[in-house]
Amino acid sequence: MNQTARANSNVGGAPVQVATAVGRKRRRLNLWRHRSLVLGGVIVGLIVLAAVVATVATPYDPNKQNYTALLQGVSGQHWLGTDQLGRDVFSRILVGARTSLIVAAGAVLVALVIGIPVGLISGFYRGFWDDWVIMRIVDALQAFPFLILALVLAAVMGPGIRNAMIAIGIGYLPVFIRIVRGQVLAEVRKEYVDSARVVGCSDWRIMLRHIFPNITTPLIVQVTVAMAGGIVAEASLSYLGLGVIPPTASWGTMLHDAQGYLSQDAMLAVVPGLAIAVAVLGFNLLGEGLQEIWDPKLKE
Amino acid sequence: MAYVFQRILTMVPVLFFLSVMVFGLIHLIPGDPAQVILGQEATPEAIAQMRMKLGLDQPVPLQYWHWLQHALAGNLGQSLVDGEPVSHLIAQRLPVTIELAVGTILVALLIAFPFGILAAVYRGRWLDAAALFTSTVGMSVPSFWLGILLLIGFTVKLHWFPSSGYVPMWQNLGQNLHAMVLPVVATGVREAAVLMRMLRSSLLDVLHQDYVRTARAKGLYGWVVIIRHALRNALIPVITTGGLQIAGLLGGLVITEQIFALPGFGSLLVQSVFSRDYTTVQGATLVAALLVVVVNLVVDLVYGVVDPRLRLGKESR
Repeated sequence: MNQTARANSNVGGAPVQVATAVGRKRRRLNLWRHRSLVLGGVIVGLIVLAAVVATVATPYDPNKQNYTALLQGVSGQHWLGTDQLGRDVFSRILVGARTSLIVAAGAVLVALVIGIPVGLISGFYRGFWDDWVIMRIVDALQAFPFLILALVLAAVMGPGIRNAMIAIGIGYLPVFIRIVRGQVLAEVRKEYVDSARVVGCSDWRIMLRHIFPNITTPLIVQVTVAMAGGIVAEASLSYLGLGVIPPTASWGTMLHDAQGYLSQDAMLAVVPGLAIAVAVLGFNLLGEGLQEIWDPKLKE
Repeated sequence: MAYVFQRILTMVPVLFFLSVMVFGLIHLIPGDPAQVILGQEATPEAIAQMRMKLGLDQPVPLQYWHWLQHALAGNLGQSLVDGEPVSHLIAQRLPVTIELAVGTILVALLIAFPFGILAAVYRGRWLDAAALFTSTVGMSVPSFWLGILLLIGFTVKLHWFPSSGYVPMWQNLGQNLHAMVLPVVATGVREAAVLMRMLRSSLLDVLHQDYVRTARAKGLYGWVVIIRHALRNALIPVITTGGLQIAGLLGGLVITEQIFALPGFGSLLVQSVFSRDYTTVQGATLVAALLVVVVNLVVDLVYGVVDPRLRLGKESR
């Protein structure tokens, strides 16, 4: 961009065309170079679109049972067929996208709301109670396999969208606290923090207004990765019957229901799983792409 | 030795908080746990009895102390469903899960090593690109869906593998392994994808280092340098991250066992969750967390053996 501008101001007239041509070529190259980001962004965009569409309208009522149209294959009427209760699979996939995104985003939000302040305090003060003890608790929390922790919490609190969010969010806490703390540890030593202190900023002001804006990059990458994991976790919990309460559509419950009809209608199990895989792939690619941009080591 | 001791010492506070969390589980149940366990129609006497059985009539710190004493002695209480000792239930189920885990790791290594090395060596070529893309896809395919796909293909359509009917190893090894193939592949693919990626990037780091160039300059054949010189050092970070993967694997196996109807540790957990058998849930959760802690300890110690530089110092992670 800079070069383009310089070329314009220096020569003017004819070379402008050349300059913009170069600019366009470079932009196209970048698109290829950041293919993970682009592809991931497109997929995530489509999933979000599906979720929005599901909120506005679906081809059929996703929960309406129709006993005259059970386990129908793909047709013009039902694009992805119907399930064992005659419900339209396509409509349920759309609603499932919404369920997935809501639970995953809610879980990430829980992890952020608790993880950011705790990580900030822990990395900033480095004391006994506010760092050592917190980190040992984080260590202990991390010893629980993520899915087992979410499973047990969901079991204790009861199923449902809200509890699934909390359970998965708590499972994510160790990762988020560690990332924030690690970044803060590196930032605290920098000069601008001393300057802020000299000027008389309060600790909280330094943490939130000075340090925090500098640590958002790895956090955003982690958020996209956590969205992918959250989608899998929601599907897993729902598959086990501890996530979303039926009849609300979730990709996980759809998979679970389909397992009883593998020999009659295998498509029923293929479609929701594919939806999960594509959604997860989208967020993973997005995370990878963002990391490529921000992490100079990976750029090459 | 000092390293081992120091490492074990750091575990004590972690284990303390871990035990408090597992103990606290039962108190997270909204309302009166005894009432929840027994259901709405329970008589006040039955509830009082259950409270006594769970020790809920005592002050909380005392409850914890008793629970911890028992747990340290290997007594995790009795199942609320059939009164069987929880430790027995877990001991019965754990071998299945361990077999699954070992199989999964083998599958993961078998896939990850050749492709990870090839991708690093042919970096930037089509082989590398294909391996990377496959690994991204592999990481995105949830193991439970892959499991169902394998069931559709190999069990429902081809009838090559049984859909259920687990046979213990000591009864019929052949049948046992036969039933393990699909579950192990279903979980192994994802782990392989993660491992392959790690191996590739760590190998790339090492291949740029001076000693590798020296080995090459000495005239050693390319693959000798890669296997004998580069791979050894490249493995160090892979071991650590691989160790951390174990925790995730243990969680993933819960679902795998459910899909393939395997009577492992995970299905015990799920089963007891649904029967509100909270002592079993508590015990199983504790054992799962302890397993992870022990595996991480072993990994750290192995790490120290592989890389003497890390044996002392570098206390903070």
